[in-house]
Amino acid sequence: MNLSMKWLSDYVDLNVPIKQFAADMTMSGSKVEGYEIEGGPVSGVVVGKVLEVIKHPNANSLYICQIDVGREKPLQIVTGADNVVPGAYVPVFTDGSVTAEGQKIKKGKLRGEVSEGMLGSLEELGLTHGDFPYAREDGIFLLGEDCPVEKLGQDALEVIGLNDTMVEFEITPNRPDCLSIRGLAREAAVTYNVPLKLHEPVVKGSGGSIDDYLKVRVENQELCLRYSAAVVKNVKIGPSPRWMRERLRACGVRPINNMVDITNYVMLEYGQPMHAFDLVHVKGNQIVVRNATPGEKITTLDGVERTLAPEMLVIADESAPSAVAGVMGGEFSGVYETTQTVVFESACFFGPSVRTTSKQLGLRTESSSRFEKGQDPENCIPALKRACELVELLGAGEVVDGIVDISAPKQAPVTQKLDDAWISKFLGVEILREKMEDWLEALGFTIEGDLVTAPSWRRDVTCQYDLAEEVARFWGYDNIPSTIIHGEVKARPTEEQRFVRGIHQALLAQGLNEIITYSFISPKSYDQILLPQDSPLRRSVVILNPLGEDTGVMRTTALPSMLDALARNYRARSESARLYELATEYLPTEEGKLPNELQKIVIGLYGPEEDFFTLKGTVEALLEQARVSDWEAHPVKDDPLFHPGRCARLQAGDVTLGLIGQVHPAVADNYKVDVPLYLAHIDLAALLEKTGGSPVYQPLPRFPVSTRDLALVCDEEVSNAQITTTMKKAMGKLLADWQLFDVYRSERLGEGKKSLAYALTLRAEDRTLTDEECDKAVAKALKALEEIGVFLRK
Amino acid sequence: MKTALENIRIEAGKALEAAADTAAVEQLRVLYLGKKGKLTAILKQMGSLSPEERPVVGQLANEARAKIESLIADRKEALGKAALAGRLAAETLDVTMPGRKTPTGNRHPLNIVLQEVEEIFLGMGFDVVEGPEVEYDYYNFEALNMPKTHPSRDTQDTFYISDDIVLRTQTSPVQIRTMEQRKPPIRILSPGRVYRSDAVDATHSPLFHQIEGLVVDKGITMADLKGTLATFTQSLYGPEAKVRFRPHHFAYTEPSAEMDFMCYACKGEGCRLCKGEGWIELLGCGMVHPKVLENCGIDSTVYSGFAFGIGLERIAMRRFAINDLRLFYENDLRFLRQF
Repeated sequence: MNLSMKWLSDYVDLNVPIKQFAADMTMSGSKVEGYEIEGGPVSGVVVGKVLEVIKHPNANSLYICQIDVGREKPLQIVTGADNVVPGAYVPVFTDGSVTAEGQKIKKGKLRGEVSEGMLGSLEELGLTHGDFPYAREDGIFLLGEDCPVEKLGQDALEVIGLNDTMVEFEITPNRPDCLSIRGLAREAAVTYNVPLKLHEPVVKGSGGSIDDYLKVRVENQELCLRYSAAVVKNVKIGPSPRWMRERLRACGVRPINNMVDITNYVMLEYGQPMHAFDLVHVKGNQIVVRNATPGEKITTLDGVERTLAPEMLVIADESAPSAVAGVMGGEFSGVYETTQTVVFESACFFGPSVRTTSKQLGLRTESSSRFEKGQDPENCIPALKRACELVELLGAGEVVDGIVDISAPKQAPVTQKLDDAWISKFLGVEILREKMEDWLEALGFTIEGDLVTAPSWRRDVTCQYDLAEEVARFWGYDNIPSTIIHGEVKARPTEEQRFVRGIHQALLAQGLNEIITYSFISPKSYDQILLPQDSPLRRSVVILNPLGEDTGVMRTTALPSMLDALARNYRARSESARLYELATEYLPTEEGKLPNELQKIVIGLYGPEEDFFTLKGTVEALLEQARVSDWEAHPVKDDPLFHPGRCARLQAGDVTLGLIGQVHPAVADNYKVDVPLYLAHIDLAALLEKTGGSPVYQPLPRFPVSTRDLALVCDEEVSNAQITTTMKKAMGKLLADWQLFDVYRSERLGEGKKSLAYALTLRAEDRTLTDEECDKAVAKALKALEEIGVFLRK
Repeated sequence: MKTALENIRIEAGKALEAAADTAAVEQLRVLYLGKKGKLTAILKQMGSLSPEERPVVGQLANEARAKIESLIADRKEALGKAALAGRLAAETLDVTMPGRKTPTGNRHPLNIVLQEVEEIFLGMGFDVVEGPEVEYDYYNFEALNMPKTHPSRDTQDTFYISDDIVLRTQTSPVQIRTMEQRKPPIRILSPGRVYRSDAVDATHSPLFHQIEGLVVDKGITMADLKGTLATFTQSLYGPEAKVRFRPHHFAYTEPSAEMDFMCYACKGEGCRLCKGEGWIELLGCGMVHPKVLENCGIDSTVYSGFAFGIGLERIAMRRFAINDLRLFYENDLRFLRQF
């Protein structure tokens, strides 16, 4: 909402600098977004009178003018415009002045003739044709009668009324009443504790009776809370006067003609959307406010044909709809040069219905955005009268006596007790009841004894909390003290939150950088990771109104997000990357129910130092930190995202912890990466289920260890896990630890064979092991190994 | 013989002085003091001396031995010192050469700031509570006093999953769920992802993070709201940080406010950064609307409360002087490694 400070001064007498005004209004609840002084950079323009115009001796299209600007001598100014005539008053950009485009005007010579400035056009002043319809757009602005000159040399901006200040307010949706000059004036009056000078419109009338011109029938009073109308005959369409054009301009509305300008003027002043239309187009002089019939069509003012639904309200005549109620008029619902008789409509439509209609039609207008916030039915008649008053003031036509006024039963106003003690306690500061009453009365509330009743335009005030807000606004939020909450303080992170913190620590300590990715992905991502067509993960939570396909569905797997991040860094020529994310995945459940939101730890690596085992080592360290032991890695050969020979499922008993592996080259290729990528996908819930909890101290070993190295030979198919499991089983508690320190293949070993070298650590809790005991244990292990085809290397 | 002893002592002293290393010193020790050494050789001639001379010469010989031994020890020590000095000199490093790091990773800048905020509120007795991101319309809007036709809904462009399910536009639904489950006193902080259908640019993202707080108890006042948030701001930005509260509107709080803090660039004078206002918007807050309390089964005549919502991106951008919000979600290591 743009406010003209000149207009505001009709209602309140203020004498504060604009910066202070902006700050004070903001602090009392009407947020000022900014303000602007009209004319922008324009300066140094004075009014002059043309004394003489002669042709330039050296240029056909130039003229030399002598201009009286109230100085000792007239100024000589050369101009290219051909509409300058002696006796005319003109805006003169003197030496050192600045135009609306910021151009600085200097004294100089044009084709040998001195020019001491420039004569101004509308454009150079920052104006348009709508502001002064009589001025020629391609010529000098010759001031008309609406620009009375007091003295030559006077500031031209003052003379042409280009000296208003425009203040832009951000009005919250609960305060539609403040989308008006009167509403803001009331707020200003209370803010500065000055009287509000309200004006009661007076209509003289011209006889006749509206009933002879117009009949109105409202069929749906739930959606049309009030419908009022007046008729103006013998309409004289023409430009509106300067003061009206000026105020419209300052509020950001383009002047058009007197009738249209009046409707806009009243809308700005009263906040009531108005509609003016030609009675000729009302068939049978009958207006019907009704629901649209199924499939009914209307071509709206913007030239678009729209199909209406039966829950939408229309303004119709006997045969067809002429407007979508509160949203937009039909193509013949305006005012034209030929118009003789005008109908002013001032109505109140039910906000939620206007909102739904406007949304369904995809048509938001100034009118619809005002109605949907809830208009005051009591505002219809004053606004209508104001429009009629302006018609008479402008001599734009004759107002027929009487108005149409069809109103639904009045909504009862909200009356409640003013509980000043509660309000003081609630705000945390003692405020006198008299002060509260003063503010509320100035805001239009009525107070009788204990009770306070909200005015019709303040439907937002329904409970004591709302009264507290009114009081707080004018007391000043800044004058409320700051206190510390009383009561007991006890808060600590949950077990899970602390567990997650440990996960982060473990990953950060291993050089992984945390990333954050979007939760929505393109459904095409599932193709990129080669997810099988019949995979249940292809069923995602779908966004009905996505911004684009890239963000169309909620991810059922966070792996594409990680692959995107890896690919991005690869493209950015990062030699290596170690990334992780604590990511959420969204798995749909039943129709109409919320999805399951699962937390996953996703790790992504690439680089010359990385291989499957750096990935696995990273995950092992993570599992150690998470205190998950007793897990095994099982090869996975059939996950299309992963390399069939380099992928493992991590299993702790019957709980799957997650998958780790090298990304299948075909998938990496889909991400345009030609180095190996490694991914781990670990289920946080599984870790939480399997975590061993707090550690329990184990006494330090009291007896020394013995070591034995074993070089073993076996077929390629035999896995490390098989060997170590067998050894552990055979040696029992004596095997304290083991390390695989070498893997060796050679022609001597033979095709399909490999050699694995282990360093075994043996220890007993209660004694120093003898060599014999160690040898015996190793022999037992070797015997067990032989049974699975593993032999001591000779 | 006396002269011979004297000569040996002098000779040994000279030889030791010339010895270049400990091996040479050792050779000299053998040469002079060894079983076949020069001093021993002289002592072997003791038999030819008179009984009167013997103790005198013996004494002298012992003195000479002691002297030579001490010279040897001195020389050894000097040589050891020199050798160490030489080694240390040879081991001198160019300490301006780069160090070798054990690389550790960095947390995402958003989470660095989030953790800080959580710690501040934890200290004030707020539990951290989370909730679903895909949420029922009821929890995201209706229970928060925003029925389907409420114009406030337009200020939060919503992603819909169905008529009744949305991507939460705020973390306030967590407050509703908490109030349904817990009875006052309640002090919670609910951080998390929220979604609004804003196209991506330097200051907008369809996904961003909010940190909301809620306090409900008997006798909670607007002064408590102000005190809590002022404490928070000063913990985050330092004790000199100035804030102001100005009236605003949210459907779920009454009175509602926005909290600005004084522009750190111009100290309230008005500059380009704060668009001439002198203040920068930091968060929205207010006293919990009685309808919201009642919707959660909390008696609004007995209890009152306040709530607030902070945009995490906004404070993280300010903290690290980041000028483009998109950087948070691009995950470029050149960015991530800076924090």
